Amino acid sequence: MTAIASAKRYDAVVLGAGHNGLIAACYMARAGLSVLVVERNPYIGGAAVSRQLYQDFTYSNCSYVCSLLRPEIMRTLELPLHGLQIIPYEGGCTMMRDGGHLALYDNHDALRREISRHSKRDAEAYDRFARDMLRQCRFIKPLLMRTPPDPTSFKPRDLMELLYLGQRFHRMGETRMYETLRFWTMSCADFLDEYFESDIVKAHLAGSSIIGTALGPRSPGTAYVLLHHYMGDIDDAVGAWGFARGGMGAVTNALAASFQASGGEIRCNAGAERVLTSGGRAVGVALADGTEVRAATIVSGLDVKRTFLGLVDRKDLPAEFHRQVENFKIRGSSGKLNIALDAVPSFPAIPEGAPCIRGDLHITDSIAMMERAYDDWKAGIWSQAPYVDMLIPSQIDPTMAPAGKHYMSVFVQYCPYELASGSWDDGKRQAFGETVIQAISRQSPDFRKLILHAEIRTPWDIENEVGLTEGNIFQGELTMDQLLFNRPVPGYAQYRSPIRGLYMCGSSTHPGGGVMGAPGANAAREILRDLRRDDLRLDGLH
Amino acid sequence: MSDAANRPPHFKQPLLTTPFHSRTRACSTVDQFVAWAGYTTVDVYTTVEQEYFAIRNACSVYDLTPMVKYRITGKDAENYLNRLVTRDVRRVKPGRVAYSVWCNDDGHLIDDGTIFRLETGEFLLCTAARQLDWLLDSAIGFDVAVEEVTESIAALSLQGPTSCAVLKALGLRGVERLRPFDIGRFVLGGADMTVSRTGFTGDLGYELWMTPADAVSVWDRLMIAGASSGIRPIGSQALDMARIEAGFIMPNIDFVPAEASVRIGRGRSPFELGLEWLVDLKKGHFNGRRALVAEQKRGAARRLVGLDIDGNKPALKALLYADKSCRREIGAISSALWSPTCKRNIALGLVDAPYFETGRQVWAEIYLCRELEWERRVARGVVVEKPFYAPARRKVTPAWDR
Repeated sequence: MTAIASAKRYDAVVLGAGHNGLIAACYMARAGLSVLVVERNPYIGGAAVSRQLYQDFTYSNCSYVCSLLRPEIMRTLELPLHGLQIIPYEGGCTMMRDGGHLALYDNHDALRREISRHSKRDAEAYDRFARDMLRQCRFIKPLLMRTPPDPTSFKPRDLMELLYLGQRFHRMGETRMYETLRFWTMSCADFLDEYFESDIVKAHLAGSSIIGTALGPRSPGTAYVLLHHYMGDIDDAVGAWGFARGGMGAVTNALAASFQASGGEIRCNAGAERVLTSGGRAVGVALADGTEVRAATIVSGLDVKRTFLGLVDRKDLPAEFHRQVENFKIRGSSGKLNIALDAVPSFPAIPEGAPCIRGDLHITDSIAMMERAYDDWKAGIWSQAPYVDMLIPSQIDPTMAPAGKHYMSVFVQYCPYELASGSWDDGKRQAFGETVIQAISRQSPDFRKLILHAEIRTPWDIENEVGLTEGNIFQGELTMDQLLFNRPVPGYAQYRSPIRGLYMCGSSTHPGGGVMGAPGANAAREILRDLRRDDLRLDGLH
Repeated sequence: MSDAANRPPHFKQPLLTTPFHSRTRACSTVDQFVAWAGYTTVDVYTTVEQEYFAIRNACSVYDLTPMVKYRITGKDAENYLNRLVTRDVRRVKPGRVAYSVWCNDDGHLIDDGTIFRLETGEFLLCTAARQLDWLLDSAIGFDVAVEEVTESIAALSLQGPTSCAVLKALGLRGVERLRPFDIGRFVLGGADMTVSRTGFTGDLGYELWMTPADAVSVWDRLMIAGASSGIRPIGSQALDMARIEAGFIMPNIDFVPAEASVRIGRGRSPFELGLEWLVDLKKGHFNGRRALVAEQKRGAARRLVGLDIDGNKPALKALLYADKSCRREIGAISSALWSPTCKRNIALGLVDAPYFETGRQVWAEIYLCRELEWERRVARGVVVEKPFYAPARRKVTPAWDR
């Protein structure tokens, strides 16, 4: 078949209308480039998407809460002007098998009194824990919107960046340098043991260390995952999480509006089939609809495996790079239930009137139970007693469900991409959903009968719908071997690839996933530098 | 206790009330409360000035209950505290109180507080901040029990020239013979009460410690006993004025507790805070000693000092300069007050070497909002000795009646 060449040439084509792709596209369009974003699905959003699958209910199908999205991106791309509003929610709660609970509250005194119901010591140790998380946040935050230096390079820019990193590290002083190195490599369970004695306190806090991660709370490296969930902020409240009004699709819808206001074009139902190269250089992209679009700059928001093992002629890649991409850890470990509810379910463990019902709710009350859930995943079955991160955003955001009805987002850890019994099918998907509903029902007697509709998503579904390899929500595990100048693979952490003109801007790149947007912004900066357009200063992007 | 059982849940009412709340609430006319260490407490009852003068002219009553209290008991209690704090606790005899500070390994202040030696092997540690995990970690290897007892002890502070007279009128026989930092035990209407000659005002004064069940009746008796001696409840604002005159420091105002600080370089040593008199480097090993020995050798790079500032406008949060043209920044003011008793414009500020020497001149950059128009003033300040106010009556035993 001869491809039909698109009449129009673009300066750049971005693959995938997820948040990072759109952010990179926005910055390039603002720098004066003609930019086309191509999207495989009939709708934009990637994993930051709102969909109506049942009556007037809006689901945040994939990502469901927001904290990490960099404020400098929201500001420079004028996302509020284009409809984005982030509303913080307060705290959360873990319900215990014995009928008890632990809640987190924003008010410091309420929080201390709450924790002291379980341990007086832990109540006072919490301040030390929060302090150390803040200390680590202060170290890492300035690195998010910077391109990681290549430690093997002698280029002045890399040397300067390495110096910057080294100075920041050194300035912490001896004790904190040790602490930081340990922190980046240790397990979350070990880390929490240094502060707390109460299992419920540890279990509640450890949740953030396993979300989206194919590791257990006792696996080395999970302490960093905890930090990854803490380093965001809402209006400078560090560690706070919130809802995008209208669901997570509001993020990408605002980005799309901002992009279009800068003259950008988005084409849906137009997935990329192949990146076209000539002499080791990207020259365009062939789309599923049979058209070819010519552009000297191709920017992939897809994960590193999907990009280089799926869209590129392998002969164009160095063997070493190819091998590293194949071995990139991007394991599916999370499922998701999106549920339309007739009313807010009752949770007898939560006291009447406690505001934590509007926060994140959990049912895993010990580290051991969490680790056990991971053991199931390793054995190729979904967790029989899964960890859930469950929220009812419609209690805060009136746009998510009809009045009086509610939308519940249930993130489920762990769920394998490939089952020991073989591939996923409808029956297994239903059985997985049933396991989750049963687990929640143990804390909520009326939950099941309030369910009007439930969308059940396995890692396999997420891969097929969104495109994330194995359904990994971070586009690659957030472990030390895959962070900073090693993300996605050594030597290619600066958003460029072995193919000139082909760039990466997805969460497979530094600083990783979580609807942060930093990879997209950082990639745009590198692209514009290569195009010598970096004279156009982008405020907030230094 | 029924009171604790009946209280609204913490997520509806995060702040606790003290056992004196029914009384303090009733005395509050301006409805000005402030959160202090997890309790709602009175910031101002009527007017700050009148309350302040109760401290310096008559007898003030301050609800001290939220002060965080740890009971430390056991065979090794003395050794434990001696290892924890900078002072030599062995020299604090039973029935005595000592003010002290304690440091982390860097020799930076974790907190300051008072150590009450109730018995040979029983201490009460009163602190500003909660730090049970630090105290428990420090207890490893000692035969000692550390228990947080804040809620089980109600406390009032009586400060001012007629405070002893009020206590005598209350029927505490022999209370005048308590020396500064003495602890006495009394029985009042059948209830036990512990009285220490301590306070945070630099004046004659006492602190009363009792079980919460006795709190209201003690308050009521005090008000009757003190009626002719000018007794008056005071809020935190008035107390803050007196503590600045006395040259006392406040955590999170004049220093950031080292273990609570997030940023690098915020820790402060006892030397830097002008508290070297609390540091006994000869007593044997204690937490932070090594760093303090090194710092003593090196000399402090900065110091919290008393300042006498020209003019009458308090130099609140002012930056300090070496020169009137404000080119060379040498520090900042953390507490400032026009002192109604000293008739001086006083302040506490952290000043770089060598400007912290007594008698040195510094310049404070003060911003005044005068009916919405800002005026910048550069006022001369002189480094002076603390305390700014130290009446003889604070030390005299037997204590004076007025």
